[in-house]
Amino acid sequence: MAPPPSPSPAVVLVDAVALSGRFPLLAGANVTIPAGQSVLVEGANGAGKTSLLRVMAGLIRLESGGISVLGLDPVAERRLLRRRIGLLGHASHLYDDLTVAENLRFAVRAAGGDVARIPAACERWGLVGRLGKTGTGKLSAGQRRRVALAIHTARWPELWLLDEPHAGLDAEARVLLDGLIAEAAASGVTVVVASHEVELVEPLVTRAVTVAGGRVVAEREVAHVG
Amino acid sequence: MWGDAWLVATKDLRIELRSKVGLSQVIPFGVVALVLFAFALGPDRVQMAKGAPGLFWVAVLFTTVLAVQRSVSVEASDGAQDGLRLAGLDPAGLFLGKGLAIALQLIVLEVILAVGVVLLYGASVTTLWLLAVSCLLGTVGLAATGTLYGALSAGLKVRETLLPFLFLPIVTPVLLAGTRCWQAALAGGTPADGSLWLRLLVVFDAVYIAVGVLAFGPIQESL
Repeated sequence: MAPPPSPSPAVVLVDAVALSGRFPLLAGANVTIPAGQSVLVEGANGAGKTSLLRVMAGLIRLESGGISVLGLDPVAERRLLRRRIGLLGHASHLYDDLTVAENLRFAVRAAGGDVARIPAACERWGLVGRLGKTGTGKLSAGQRRRVALAIHTARWPELWLLDEPHAGLDAEARVLLDGLIAEAAASGVTVVVASHEVELVEPLVTRAVTVAGGRVVAEREVAHVG
Repeated sequence: MWGDAWLVATKDLRIELRSKVGLSQVIPFGVVALVLFAFALGPDRVQMAKGAPGLFWVAVLFTTVLAVQRSVSVEASDGAQDGLRLAGLDPAGLFLGKGLAIALQLIVLEVILAVGVVLLYGASVTTLWLLAVSCLLGTVGLAATGTLYGALSAGLKVRETLLPFLFLPIVTPVLLAGTRCWQAALAGGTPADGSLWLRLLVVFDAVYIAVGVLAFGPIQESL
């Protein structure tokens, strides 16, 4: 399990500018996410939601501006940081020629996670029995997503960066995912969810930031009724 | 670093064993190249035995390109490359692991091709240790350069065509030294005959392993 949240912010971005060639991915984004908070990142297609998450994960280098994630520099201290964060992106990062169990074992070991947590994660995501021994290349998109989420569950990083996490999941898996996010938030993990499905994610978060044109243009508290 | 290297190497080797691409395509390609060279040289056994060392290494070089492309393509699907980056693996360990997996596949290939050279070209080996040591050192050099240039070309759309263009000229020293060692080994040469070329291979290996260990991380992050 993740340690209790530190008092310092989990993520701080100050005037963050990131480019892909000459195309601006982030154009002066400012955001602070306190440790232990669950945040929805909303915005239209191409607004910069995915880029924001990839910058936080250190996959995209800033051209200018400042960034600190879990108190670390995502570029200079990337190796240390990446062991403490988990990014669930559009891709599942799985090898088609390995079985589900082999993919899980490799991913968790590679990230320095505890392999003893894998069986419980598989159980949770229904990846037991024959499915565990099935080649990942034979799985549906939704099943691949379950495997990626099982890796996340087994690793249990301190900062979860989830990009459209509900995409491709069936109703049962969506309920499982919502339960997982709620459990992670309750355990002190910082969760950042980029999603178009605002109505699905809002019950799981306490704050929402709106991204447009590579900038954070609005922030709001999310009130929960009842 | 070594733990990460072993983890990555075993992963890549498991994928190759499972997919059988190496067994059904990469190694047969090397054998076919050897057979075609034999056809090109004609039925003169003396001529064939004389050309055997160079043809062996040319076949190994071409097949290495396929093995490296395969190693790169494994990481290209489903964002696996990003997965490796996000795992926080030691880049040096990643370089050594991917190189080790390629090297082990090349050793299997070289054993098969060496048998092919003896059977097809009528070559007879008189100094086996020189043959084995040159193969081992050549393999390390090919795997190190292949892994490095494979990573350089990984993010490019033209990687299939660019990789041989970058890789083959760079490994000319391996072709040259390997061929000279094999010529000495087939002619019953003394250690002195091969020592200069073995030293060249050692230097080549050391340089490319060092460059790979240092440069693999920045290359990966620039993709």
